[in-house]
Amino acid sequence: MPLLQIRGMRVEFPSRRGSVTAVRDVNFELESGEILGIVGESGAGKSTIANAILGLLEPPGIMSRGEVLLDGECIDGLPIELMRKIRGKRIGMIFQDPLTSLNPLQTIEEQLVETIKIHLQFGESEAQKHAISMLEQVGIPDPDIRIKHYPHQFSGGMRQRVVIALSLCANPEVILADEPTTALDVSIQAQILDLMRRLVRETGVGMIIITHDMGVISEICDRVMVMYRGDVVETGPTRKILGNPDHPYTRSLISAVPRADRRMDRFPLVEYIEAAGTPHKPIDVQDHWLGKARNFGGSKNEFLVSVKDLEMRFTTVRSMFKSRRRYLKAVDRVSFDIRPGEVLGLVGESGSGKSTVARLICGIYKPYAGQVVFDGTDLTSLGSRRQINIYRRQMQMIFQDPFSSLNARMRVADIVAEPIRFHRLASSNKEVLAIVDDLLDHVGLGAAAGKKFPHEFSGGQRQRISIARALATRPRFLICDEPTSALDVSIQAQILNLLKDLQEELQLTMLFISHDLPVIRQVCDRVAVMRDGKLVEEAKTEDLFNKPQNEYTAHLLKLMPRLHSHGAK
Amino acid sequence: MLFFIGRRLYQAALVMLTVALIAFAMFQYVGDPVSNLAGQDTTVAERELLKERLGLNDSVLEQFSRFVINAVQGEFGVSYRMRVPVRDLIAERFPATLELSMMSAFLALLVGIPMGVYTALNRDSWLSRSFMTLSLIGISLPTFLIGIFLILFFGVILQWLPTFGRGEVVDLGWWSTGMLTGSGWRSMIMPAITLAVFQMTLIVRLIRAEMLEVLRTDYIKFARARGLSERSISFSHALKNTLVPVITIIGLQIGSLIAFAIITESVFQWPGMGLLFIQAIGEVDIPIMSAYLLLIGFVFVVINLIVDILYYTIDPRLRVEK
Repeated sequence: MPLLQIRGMRVEFPSRRGSVTAVRDVNFELESGEILGIVGESGAGKSTIANAILGLLEPPGIMSRGEVLLDGECIDGLPIELMRKIRGKRIGMIFQDPLTSLNPLQTIEEQLVETIKIHLQFGESEAQKHAISMLEQVGIPDPDIRIKHYPHQFSGGMRQRVVIALSLCANPEVILADEPTTALDVSIQAQILDLMRRLVRETGVGMIIITHDMGVISEICDRVMVMYRGDVVETGPTRKILGNPDHPYTRSLISAVPRADRRMDRFPLVEYIEAAGTPHKPIDVQDHWLGKARNFGGSKNEFLVSVKDLEMRFTTVRSMFKSRRRYLKAVDRVSFDIRPGEVLGLVGESGSGKSTVARLICGIYKPYAGQVVFDGTDLTSLGSRRQINIYRRQMQMIFQDPFSSLNARMRVADIVAEPIRFHRLASSNKEVLAIVDDLLDHVGLGAAAGKKFPHEFSGGQRQRISIARALATRPRFLICDEPTSALDVSIQAQILNLLKDLQEELQLTMLFISHDLPVIRQVCDRVAVMRDGKLVEEAKTEDLFNKPQNEYTAHLLKLMPRLHSHGAK
Repeated sequence: MLFFIGRRLYQAALVMLTVALIAFAMFQYVGDPVSNLAGQDTTVAERELLKERLGLNDSVLEQFSRFVINAVQGEFGVSYRMRVPVRDLIAERFPATLELSMMSAFLALLVGIPMGVYTALNRDSWLSRSFMTLSLIGISLPTFLIGIFLILFFGVILQWLPTFGRGEVVDLGWWSTGMLTGSGWRSMIMPAITLAVFQMTLIVRLIRAEMLEVLRTDYIKFARARGLSERSISFSHALKNTLVPVITIIGLQIGSLIAFAIITESVFQWPGMGLLFIQAIGEVDIPIMSAYLLLIGFVFVVINLIVDILYYTIDPRLRVEK
């Protein structure tokens, strides 16, 4: 008998305008000691399945059809008191963001002991002992001291270990892990995946991992179930699904994952999704507005952007006395150059100072020391706002989060027009609007989009709006700070293709910041690697990926999930 | 912790000094103390003598430092009208105001917090909907109207409760209390409710909004997924997190209960500081006004200090490690 069995599950969210079906006729089984992956893009219904199993659907969601069998016993529709004896005791759950899934006001011990005492008939001291051994099991050093600490005293990876300890502390038979490593850095992700694999092997639990990341699937799962808009499109052993998928959606989804092993001209699109390849209208710089008033090729300088000994400090301990102040060196004597028309990639884990470098270059932060030279002029030496604005116009930034980087109260046309108006790049309002329409056309949204508000667009479309806004000042230099990390793979492929096309047509110079090595490999000409605020290696992309010189770079490359080698094995 | 409190105390001292400066400035700019004290037939020489005796010929800095030193010792001068030391007047009135406002703060919290929690947990029940409608009425009705309605209904028509004053008070020497006699308690009921209604509705709405926010967080979902009981989730996990931001506002509200009980005190003729202050304004009795200002400033500073310390004990994230 399978440990967990889902039969004909259907989840609906009734609303005034009819009911939305989030999950349709899902069937699967899970054995003990097995790791099943559920993969799909956002909106596929992956998390809904996990919530439905535990009876934790957000109202008004209901499981309208189907059965959940745990050890052959039907557990859906149980009264809440009985369900509570299953949650945590027989089925544990791990959440995505370790920073928010622990109660900030309680020590780790209080949270563990409470959970243990509810499910296992333990006394206070016994529960305490058990809690410490749980922390030890998930690899937290000095568990007897650390247990007294509060969640904010742990790093992200350590917190996820605590979350895992909490889900495992009552010895459940099944673990549901909802995007357990999405919020973590690659090196931490590797450790957590290792830990989960080890725990499954040692305790024999059955685990379901929900993820959008094919890399995670290939690393850890025995079997995979692929979902698309509420339907299961394919289920099978990992090697089969990744190496030789039957369904066209699976095939195109896998091909859209940026390859780490070689560089390709363009990103393959997920053709299965309708309108995936919104045609992009090519731009001829010779007669286009975007090409006007630019001295193409006329630059006398070898480098368009040079950063020299850049340094940035944040005060961590304030004090009236200079000697007692403490600083964090976010950027520590970083130097690099970017040639006109070149794309430089900046790679590093969170906290390595990548984004700080971007902000220093475009003037959001003032450097503590060092120079930013743009086309021969040291920007840090400029005094007046007017002088700075001349250069500000020439460099633009695209941010990571498409939801918070657009003003929700402005129409899209005004968002894109704002920089044109500010820098007085057009003579009349009519001209401004014509330019805006044209720009929206070029990024594949169509001029009609201008009348709408940002919330009417999806994440990928919003990122297109950000790109149109960045282009509106006719920039020469574009800084992209993780432009696709908040997007699904299929959308990521579209956005990266768009950026590549625009870069070629407009001969843009780019600084491309990302933690995602495969993406970097596809997009960048040269790569610089940062760690703890320092630049550790800089090389041509292909050289860096083939023969990394620095130990840390090699380490990062090794951790990079290699999805495509899996099928070849 | 000690360092933290030390810094707060230092800031509090600065605030108090600023308030003192304003209170002191009132003597300089609001009316002329000499003509306030002197009658029509006082001679110029007598006026000069009075001026000298009041220290009005000294430099402003000297006068201010004398004012501060006196204020620290509880010496606020003599009321112009009543010719009684202001200190005695305040000592007589302060217990009445403090008892009234503490009582209504207690009422507001005792009713407001459970109601806020209830309406957040059972968002769609008819009971929470009617609570919310009632709270809307409570928040929009002016205090004096509530007071007058209560007097009309329970005082005049039903004749259950006294309509004015504190009732019998017991003098403990340094403090006169109405909490030891039946008539004192009965007199307290209506003013306390009147004063509490607005605070109560504010607390209900605040707790509800904040709690709904907390209930959406991941750690509450995770607690549910671990099978913790609803009671533990609602109270020991959600409510405690709700209180962190709410404490500040509740603290400020209690401060304003003490400071601005004026309307309620007028309606019920409650012999508290608010009534004293209103009379002082009418008669341009500057020593009382400035003492009142200082005292209210002090009350706010003390409450803020308590709120900060509470913050510090509730939220471990504020305890910065060395």
